[in-house]
Amino acid sequence: MPRIRRELNNKEICACSIFGAMNQDGERFTGAGVMLAVANMHVRGNGLGGGFAAYGIYPQYKDYYAFHLMFTGIGPQAKRSAKKELDAFLGLNFDIVYDEEIPHGDEATVSDPPLVWRYFVLPKKQGEDSLLSDEDFIVGKIMWVNTRIENAYVFSSGKNMGCFKGVGYPEEIGEYFMLDRLYRAYTWTVHGRFPTNTQAWWGGAHPFSLLDTTIVHNGEISSYGTNRWYLEMYGYACTLQTDTEVIAYAADLLMRRQKLPIEIVAKILAPPIWNAIDRMNAKEKKLLTTLRMVYAPLLMNGPFAVIIGQTGKMIGLTDRIRLRPITAATRGEMFYLSSEEASIRLISPQLDRVWTPNGGEPVVGELNSMRKVLQ
Amino acid sequence: MARAVVSESSLEADQVDERIKAALIDATDLETKELNDRLRDLMLSGVKKVKIINVCGQRYIGTRLYTPERLKMEIEIFGTPGNDLAAFLYGHKITVHGNAQDGVGNTMDGGEIIVEGRAGDVLGFSMRGGEIYVRDNCGYRTALHMKEYEGKRPVLVVGSSSQDFLGEYMAGGIVILLDLYGQTHKANFIGTGMHGGVIYLRGHVEPSQVGGQVEISPIDDADRAVLDRYVSRFVERFPEIGKSKEEILNSQFVRLTPKSKRPYSKLYAY
Repeated sequence: MPRIRRELNNKEICACSIFGAMNQDGERFTGAGVMLAVANMHVRGNGLGGGFAAYGIYPQYKDYYAFHLMFTGIGPQAKRSAKKELDAFLGLNFDIVYDEEIPHGDEATVSDPPLVWRYFVLPKKQGEDSLLSDEDFIVGKIMWVNTRIENAYVFSSGKNMGCFKGVGYPEEIGEYFMLDRLYRAYTWTVHGRFPTNTQAWWGGAHPFSLLDTTIVHNGEISSYGTNRWYLEMYGYACTLQTDTEVIAYAADLLMRRQKLPIEIVAKILAPPIWNAIDRMNAKEKKLLTTLRMVYAPLLMNGPFAVIIGQTGKMIGLTDRIRLRPITAATRGEMFYLSSEEASIRLISPQLDRVWTPNGGEPVVGELNSMRKVLQ
Repeated sequence: MARAVVSESSLEADQVDERIKAALIDATDLETKELNDRLRDLMLSGVKKVKIINVCGQRYIGTRLYTPERLKMEIEIFGTPGNDLAAFLYGHKITVHGNAQDGVGNTMDGGEIIVEGRAGDVLGFSMRGGEIYVRDNCGYRTALHMKEYEGKRPVLVVGSSSQDFLGEYMAGGIVILLDLYGQTHKANFIGTGMHGGVIYLRGHVEPSQVGGQVEISPIDDADRAVLDRYVSRFVERFPEIGKSKEEILNSQFVRLTPKSKRPYSKLYAY
């Protein structure tokens, strides 16, 4: 019976999953809930990448930049040698107040794990570098590490936050780094990957981050070449072989260095089409036209839904015609973003409000007060 | 296995044992395939009504319920069903007590879907028969390439409004948006590439919101008869909205139809 045989085929359902949960009162909670939520979207990924960003996890070191390093390479020797080189570079440019291997579970439970280490540091600016802001100095050094030190990648570099990622389903990566037991954050974002254009490796898992900005992304950036070329002019080196990296650097350029608000940044990354601009009033038309002219190479073409994490903020954004899904919801002080509503309902059955934001329009969750986080 | 023992004669509705008329499935920890397997087994064993509780993201619920005997079942869903609810639905009735996600009624063939909440993107995608009633609003690309053929004419009624690309490439069927909460239609690109079927919008729409292939016109008596029939059914299904049929119908509607059955004939014909 051919019909029955057809039914038994397992379909590969291609899509990534993204999920975010934020306590806007700044109360911190473990990663257990978001691990459950993203596991509920298991079929959206294929086990070739999973990762988390967590904000507020290092209160004891909140004044230091937390660097998460990944040392890859075949065999422990290559990893140790990359670390030795990195340690020397770090020692020259930073004061390291504490460092340790990031605790993890049995290495046999994941595929080909790198050595993952964290350093809490302050910049040690010398010579010409002393003219730079701390952040610009750090970004420069991260780019140096990622392009010059073989097998070493800085994949997390903000204060009082951290990324955890690797090859596997996100719930496996969460288990490997024991995110449900060791960390409490006021914002968690998470990603389950279904790689479409590049092969899976630990550095290529989401989130992508620079300083305290992190990105988890479902979709494809077909304008990657143009975006990458533009960002390289500003000193950003794309080394992680995945399109999402450009969103993280674009967010850093526009939001940190150029201090643009997310409402404007959204119109740069996902601008309205010209037809819509034609119908706007003169003032809006001038603004949107200017943005499209000045920032044309930062237009992110292609389908995307992203969650941008920053200190005190969680932002959801899709491409202008929402070719990838995102659902937003609130319950009391909790703010959620997810590829699917069911995952939100799994950890918060009752919700005050559920909606799907319009394409190109950011939804922003902010801490009501930074006080709790800074204490 | 149920499939082997159920004979043709035992499938007549009246003869089905009371005890198995209403079945319950607890979907906690059930995967998509397991849930749909159970539904199919229950249907083949003669069950006419199923309640599924604790649904949380399982996809394709109600698909794969085709039988040459045209068996029919009523399925009630408690929780949040996953994407492509009722895909290829073959004449069954599905009620969701809550919201639904993306792709409700994907290529649905017949039957009825009632959503007591909102639906996500691509609601009624390629739908070719049956009726869908959504109490609240819906996402992008609703009724994308909905179609009709001879006696089969799908109907989709949404209580509030839709987001962009409503009725994109629509080829047939009836879509009715009731805009019950007075938010006015904000969607753009309505009916882009539309070449069949009809969309009724309660309230007002700007010409700039609809595709170049779409004609906006006032409704006539034939349209009123269609609206009367389906708005009655909508109100019957959702008494909780607290509005009467007359209240809803006694207001302005516009009709959107394609200007041409072949909008791209000049583009693609050599």
